[in-house]
Amino acid sequence: MSAPATVLEPLTMDRRPASLATVRERFPILARRIGEHRLVYLDTAATALKPAAVIEALAHHYQTHDGGAHRGIHTLASEATEAYEQGRARVARWLGVPFPDGVVVTRNATAALNLVARGSEHRLKAGDEVLLTEMEHHANLVPWLQLAARTGIVLRFIPITERGTLELASLPALLGARTRLVSLAHVSNVLGTINPVAEIAEAAHRVGALVLVDAAQSVGHMPVSLGELGADLLAFSAHKAYGPAGLGWLVGRPEILAELEPVESGGQMVSEVHFDRATWAELPWRLEAGTADVAAVAAFVPAMDLLDELGLGAVRRHELRLLDHAWRQLQALGGLRLLGPPEPAARGAALSFHDPRLHPHDLATVLDTQGVAVRAGHHCAQPLHRKLGLSATVRASFGVYSTLDDVEALVEGIRMARRLLS
Amino acid sequence: MNASTGMGPTTGEGLAALYREVVLDHHRDPRGRHELARVDAAATGHNPTCGDEVQVQLQLAGERVEDLGIRCRGCAISVATGSMLAELGHGRSVGEVRRLAHALQRLLRGEPLDGAVELGDLAALAGVRQFPARIPCAALACTTLLAALDGALALTPQPGDAHEAHR
Repeated sequence: MSAPATVLEPLTMDRRPASLATVRERFPILARRIGEHRLVYLDTAATALKPAAVIEALAHHYQTHDGGAHRGIHTLASEATEAYEQGRARVARWLGVPFPDGVVVTRNATAALNLVARGSEHRLKAGDEVLLTEMEHHANLVPWLQLAARTGIVLRFIPITERGTLELASLPALLGARTRLVSLAHVSNVLGTINPVAEIAEAAHRVGALVLVDAAQSVGHMPVSLGELGADLLAFSAHKAYGPAGLGWLVGRPEILAELEPVESGGQMVSEVHFDRATWAELPWRLEAGTADVAAVAAFVPAMDLLDELGLGAVRRHELRLLDHAWRQLQALGGLRLLGPPEPAARGAALSFHDPRLHPHDLATVLDTQGVAVRAGHHCAQPLHRKLGLSATVRASFGVYSTLDDVEALVEGIRMARRLLS
Repeated sequence: MNASTGMGPTTGEGLAALYREVVLDHHRDPRGRHELARVDAAATGHNPTCGDEVQVQLQLAGERVEDLGIRCRGCAISVATGSMLAELGHGRSVGEVRRLAHALQRLLRGEPLDGAVELGDLAALAGVRQFPARIPCAALACTTLLAALDGALALTPQPGDAHEAHR
């Protein structure tokens, strides 16, 4: 994670454009055309594009090592098991958590968050409190709404300020003896805000509450370690960090994971099964029912390798530069409401905005005809948009392959949409 | 199109097909947003992907849609569709408005049209088909109008009935 920045550091396009070109060459999809235009991909917050190494690793697994992990004695099954556990070990090293019992394979970040919510049900009773924030993605809200409906737990929310940051002054009033868990986004998928997780975790731990972090928008964009965040559990999706879709991770302190009830059961997660009872396997396998997507786990390794080769610090600096440029260019256009804190250093790699004269769907359609891919809608955060007084916004988000030219294409597309529609 | 909007030649033909001048006209100056003297049937529709909302209100005189209000809070396609439907449906029978809405649905699905139905401005929405992600934008006003008409049916209005009783 702290690998020296060898490629992305000089990626700042004006100085050494060749470096960025080298990175971009590793993403084959960037060669495709959208109509007559080059692909300008500004939707990495929805899913990151995949480097050739990841795509090849998927094919390589099926061509060479296809077998069920932890199932069977034959060579292929053994190789699949090894690939699966090596992928787990790589994630453990990457995020600084114990191997193997601190790393659980899930379907995506949403499944990991659901696993914590549903797996905690037996430990929660009516009146217990779970503290969320007003900027959560539906994935870190709806599972808790369901849990509240079943158990009578009370959900509380850290409010957001005018700037789109968390109102930390409200923490003492929101945290108390009844607070059992604080679950929050590391980086908001709408506002881009980086939340002060360490500070909130410290306050949460003082009242004996656990801390779960939704790191879907930070992993792959900046150095992330469970220890530095001071959190107990962390969820993220591989596909937002340049890995395959259909793979997510729940990592954390083994003693906390051990308290989660398996919410899915079947193969792999058992120790002993009788006609009238069953006992669970050890962590992490007790939380991984059914045959796993071994190919996806194996193919996530080259994604982590790429990010470490570039250096996550360098990736972060690259995206900061793009954010800063995008913020200035969009400000200069005039008439746009830019969401979230204006200082790039306070933000992740996503920038949402609203043009009162252009509906997000219309703008996104015009941009698409120019090859520019953005997200338009409520980005799975309806309560946040309601709070902001908006029904939908447009979001541009960046990755290791994004360029200043991409930002220019976005700005030119907005101008075009304004000429056409307003 | 290019001349009227100042668009360069790079503009996709699809974009011009989607935002036809008649569509833009309805978007900029939507019809049917007035308050109705009396509301006999109404329906509200939502597009869950963008939070857009359409409100349809009907004022009936027997089988006739005496007045029709369609208020869309949404994109250009959604607003224009509501405006066209309000303009075309005004003063027609419940059955005619229903056939009009069904004809638009067929147009959006790319199915053959019943030649007897005059689509009017709605024909300009054929270009939406090239943008599958935008079909729900045009469909929302249509399905909401049909829901309001279903509500009108449930009233089983008879000439001379006091509709106020059902409000």
